[in-house]
Amino acid sequence: MSDTELEGIVESPWSGGASPFAINSKKLGMWLFIVSDSLTFSALLVSYAYVRLENPNWPRPFEIWPAIAKSSFMTFVLLSSSLTMVLGVNAAFRGDRKKTVRYLIATMICGLAFVLIHATEWVTLFSEGVTPWSNPWGTPLFGGTFFGLTGLHMLHVTIGVAYLAIIAWGFGKGKYTADHVEVSGLYWHFVDLVWMFIFPMVYLLSVNPK
Amino acid sequence: MSAHGNTDMHEHPVGSTKLFAWVWFWLLLLTAIEVFLAYERLEVHLMITILVGLSLIKSALIMSYFMHLRFERLGLFLLLVPAMVFCICMMLIMFFPDSIRLMNLRPH
Repeated sequence: MSDTELEGIVESPWSGGASPFAINSKKLGMWLFIVSDSLTFSALLVSYAYVRLENPNWPRPFEIWPAIAKSSFMTFVLLSSSLTMVLGVNAAFRGDRKKTVRYLIATMICGLAFVLIHATEWVTLFSEGVTPWSNPWGTPLFGGTFFGLTGLHMLHVTIGVAYLAIIAWGFGKGKYTADHVEVSGLYWHFVDLVWMFIFPMVYLLSVNPK
Repeated sequence: MSAHGNTDMHEHPVGSTKLFAWVWFWLLLLTAIEVFLAYERLEVHLMITILVGLSLIKSALIMSYFMHLRFERLGLFLLLVPAMVFCICMMLIMFFPDSIRLMNLRPH
């Protein structure tokens, strides 16, 4: 069979050669992972809302200063990291390797800052006597859901920073293509998106009512 | 486009820096509104409604622009989003009627 004949078969939509979404397989894979991971977070948020409605003595410990101010700043840092990420993807598709790596490093710095600030907040809560199974104010479920939700998100950010480090290293060396950068960007934006739900649900709805 | 092929797979729609900066600005603005509402200590039910609404707008902005979904084929959107929304609605249908019933049952 000649090459042209083979191409004709591969290109026919009926023989499986077509690409219905016009994206590469890495990107489709990442999107499918994102959908399944978003359901994991939805389940956690829904169960959090459920136990919160069930328990009238749910603690609302966060003061505007410092807890809400701190978590608002964390939101700002994460949103800004999404901006540097998307600019990095653009630079990657323009073929500007140096700039891409710089943007990726900026994104990683924001991600690390987020994790560090978050860690100080956990330490503050520990020092106030909050553990996953008890706290001084009300139902012990508060600690479990708070650390579970924010901990899983923090794990995602940490993994994201490591992922971006590998991509930045590989892209800087010319090992990876712009597609790799774009796919890592999808993951990073998803982590940002999840925080857009955790921040209002866990922090803003637990502002101290006094 | 990268130098390593895939040129026929898709033309990458490169949004401008200005567009992304605008999206970023809007996301910050919506976040600021949320924080302001918390500062004002709105009544909880109203607060939840507004916060969920704003969060949905924010996630739509992130998905359409930062995650490029607006610039992909419609087929990809139809593959991903309706199924996800359906599953989340199923979770809500299972959980909340029971939860709200129990909440109303308890003595005040």
